[in-house]
Amino acid sequence: MSGQRLPYLLIAPAVIFLATFFLLPLVQTIALSFTGSSGFGGENYARMLSDLNFVITIRNTFLLVVTVVPVQVALALIMGTMLQKMGRGRGLVLWIWTIPLGVSDLAAGLVWLAVLQDSGYLNSALYALGLIDGPRSWLNAEAPVTLFVGVVAAEVWRATAIVLVILVAGLQLVPKEYGEAAEVFGASAWVKFRKITLPLLKPSLQSALILRTVLAFEVFAVVYAIGGRDMPILVGEAYTWQHDNQNYGVAAAYAVLIMAISLAATLVYLKALRVRPEQQP
Amino acid sequence: MTRFAALIAAIALFAPIATRAQDVVFLSTQLRPIEEAQKVRDVLLKGAPKTTYVTEEPAQLTVRLKAEQDAGKRTVSLVGALHGELQPLVPMGALEPLDDVAAKLSDRGIPANLITLAKLGTDKLMYIPWMQATYVMVVRKDALAHLPAGADVNALTYAQLAAWGKAIQEKTGQRRIGFPAGPKGLFARFLQGNLYPSYTASMVSEYRSAEAEAMWGEFKALWATVNPNSTKYDFMQEALLEGQVWIAWDHIARVKEALAAMPEKFLVVPPPAGPNGRAYMPVIAGFGIVKGAPNRAGAVALIEHLTKPATQTATASEVGFFPVVDASLPADLPPAVKLLADGIAKTQTAKDAVVALLPVGLGAKGGEFNKVYFDTFQRIVLRGENIKTVLDAESATLRAIINETRAPCWAPDKPSEGPCPVK
Amino acid sequence: MSALRRTAYITGVVMLCAWVLVPIYLVALGAFGGRLGAFKWPKTILPTEVSIAAFMAFVRIEGVWNAALNSLIAAGLTMLFSLALGAPAGYALARYTFRGQDAFRLLVLLTRAFPLAMLALPLTVLFIRVGLYDTPLGVSLVHTALALPFAALVTASLFAGIPRELEEAAWVFGCTRVEAFRKVVVPLALPGLTAAAIFAFVISWNEVFAASVLTVRERTLTAYLLTVLSESPLHFRLAGGFLLIVPSVAFLFAVRKYLFAMWGIANR
Repeated sequence: MSGQRLPYLLIAPAVIFLATFFLLPLVQTIALSFTGSSGFGGENYARMLSDLNFVITIRNTFLLVVTVVPVQVALALIMGTMLQKMGRGRGLVLWIWTIPLGVSDLAAGLVWLAVLQDSGYLNSALYALGLIDGPRSWLNAEAPVTLFVGVVAAEVWRATAIVLVILVAGLQLVPKEYGEAAEVFGASAWVKFRKITLPLLKPSLQSALILRTVLAFEVFAVVYAIGGRDMPILVGEAYTWQHDNQNYGVAAAYAVLIMAISLAATLVYLKALRVRPEQQP
Repeated sequence: MTRFAALIAAIALFAPIATRAQDVVFLSTQLRPIEEAQKVRDVLLKGAPKTTYVTEEPAQLTVRLKAEQDAGKRTVSLVGALHGELQPLVPMGALEPLDDVAAKLSDRGIPANLITLAKLGTDKLMYIPWMQATYVMVVRKDALAHLPAGADVNALTYAQLAAWGKAIQEKTGQRRIGFPAGPKGLFARFLQGNLYPSYTASMVSEYRSAEAEAMWGEFKALWATVNPNSTKYDFMQEALLEGQVWIAWDHIARVKEALAAMPEKFLVVPPPAGPNGRAYMPVIAGFGIVKGAPNRAGAVALIEHLTKPATQTATASEVGFFPVVDASLPADLPPAVKLLADGIAKTQTAKDAVVALLPVGLGAKGGEFNKVYFDTFQRIVLRGENIKTVLDAESATLRAIINETRAPCWAPDKPSEGPCPVK
Repeated sequence: MSALRRTAYITGVVMLCAWVLVPIYLVALGAFGGRLGAFKWPKTILPTEVSIAAFMAFVRIEGVWNAALNSLIAAGLTMLFSLALGAPAGYALARYTFRGQDAFRLLVLLTRAFPLAMLALPLTVLFIRVGLYDTPLGVSLVHTALALPFAALVTASLFAGIPRELEEAAWVFGCTRVEAFRKVVVPLALPGLTAAAIFAFVISWNEVFAASVLTVRERTLTAYLLTVLSESPLHFRLAGGFLLIVPSVAFLFAVRKYLFAMWGIANR
């Protein structure tokens, strides 16, 4: 079997599968986004852009992604490195740290709402410690900063495990000898990390960043539960236009916009973190 | 491992073959909460033809029915949904006319005005009324201590409500009036069914009149005493149970939990009155039979069963939705239902009561119609924009929607020839 | 490690574990706390009344066991399909530079870059026409599309980290390509394959939307409970959420050791 044809044969099943079950409906929906009441045109996009919530939505979504992704990657790297050093108990701790994976985003939104709401656990704890003398509102429109922080906290809690699992698998493949050699030459832990671990982790980091960023643009249930109408985000608006306003054309326009942004972000990662097969050990 | 996989594949491929062609698939957007759904299955469907009761989020109803229609293969026979949810199904052609079924039920005593509503703007009957509800105000008795002097809680005006809210804020330090302005809340119905008709005696045509401007000014002042978490509330029962909110407006199904848990703590009262009356909006749920239903006969039998006076009475006692037929309510209703029934009776018999009907004839634009009202609220009250500018802009959107759907006026607006004019 | 660093390390691990576990504990508190427990102020850390009424109510709902079986079937099939489609693609992306590789990566990500809810209508029509409507198999196909980016990209990054020379050495010693793959690459790539399988399972298990739109009678447990619960009282929602967490977490426990390579590139 010629080496030239093999990769195409390997990806063929996936391509055929996606083309049948996904591309077809996708193309139909994209066509729908360009179909207004007066036929083919940009009417839905115009409607989307002039909606009173549009600018806020874009701002909220980007702010969220730009905050959450770096925090999670950093946290996952720390957690992964800690696991590397662990002896016994490694399996148990990894299991505990991956438990949020098993929590659906609806349940995660619900539990963080229970923590952060006026009569929630955070306020109860602060009250018991005497720091506040009544329920304080962290999550409403009059407290946009704490609302944002609350949403970030919930998202970081929910989804760091995704990045962690990918990075842990990648960290396994960093050969120990390189690190030991660097220690012999007097490199500190930080230098070792920066010059040896990180570069060898590049393929996993690239996967983790791409996946997490694309998912971050899609974040919905957690923000919906905690922020309601006070923090509109892209997928939430698409959902509202589809289900509440019952205008499928504008909803499709939002969806196409989300897709375009996610793909653009992916391309940026692919170029910036390009991993050449030859560079691998 | 591979044997396990093969087993799973086998089960997966053959699982749905179990022949259930004889039963009726009844898809409902009402009575979704877990306990209500169980009551439907255990109590209300007793004695009915074999039914598979499936609950559906309202948003998905249209999508599912359209998909089944486009693909040409129907699974659902009977749909139970709100008037507003059945409306978009008409231009889609998904509902069958039910005049023959209505003829069979002519002895049940379904009021004529409900039958008219059930035509959904066409000349044929598109759904059979199933049960009715409305929106009410719930008051926690703790709040009565701060009621302004001379105000009757069963006959409040908006001005008195605002003063009440202010008193509560001053005395307790918290804003305790609440509205369901969350993403799934029904706040648009408050604006359409209570606020606008009470001030302007109309829902559509006087959208940007001088009365409307005055109304928004007063409501903005009222909102200063409303709990800011209102933009998160989808249903008021939780805020009521937590004590975050003492005075709430919402659909009866969305306050029932609070009333059932602590009936001695709450009152159900009529909504406030504006300069032009005390408006309220009745809510009708109905049965629609899907065009091309796999089991039309079963669906008709199911409708007959669920509109029997005995079943309607049981519906009221078990799940708190009120009858549309001639059926008397038993004396021993559960406390929550009794509170609601009393409150609704007071609302309907108030001297200055004004009925605001659900929009009729808006087809698939019902959602965008609601959006106009909510956006107006958001811009004027939440974002502090200039009232007149907003009303001019949003009334243009409203006019476009009405003209596109050619919907004639409905109560409380005076009847019109052609599309309802937005002055 | 010095004693100070060791203390800091252990504290760090314990705090991170607590950060994960406390919210889960709070869900349990709400789930077992009875009807009004969720509404108390101030909330207490220890339960004041314990009630399993909510869980008993779930068990008694018609069709809940059928739904649980559907969830398991769908999740199992999703794992199978996504690995079968994704791992070869990952291998191709890792070992070969070929034209269209970036386009393929973008294609695979498309399923996550586009909100699935928008595809409800065309997908449902397609599934009804093909006869996959209202089956766990149909649901698993949509879930596979959602899990495929994880399967392809994660396995790609893992295969990229395994030196080519190891495979080539195996060929020199007479193994065929497939044997070399199976004996040399797979044990090293097991953490990545396990990660991909985990993602596939939890994505399928937790997915609500496709599972409720594409089914009428054969709903998955998650779709069934979460649509039933969307308007239900709060303690039911917490109980439902808790109930759904249990199988996923059990699955994660069962496969946790596969996330660590059996023997690393250097002996560990």
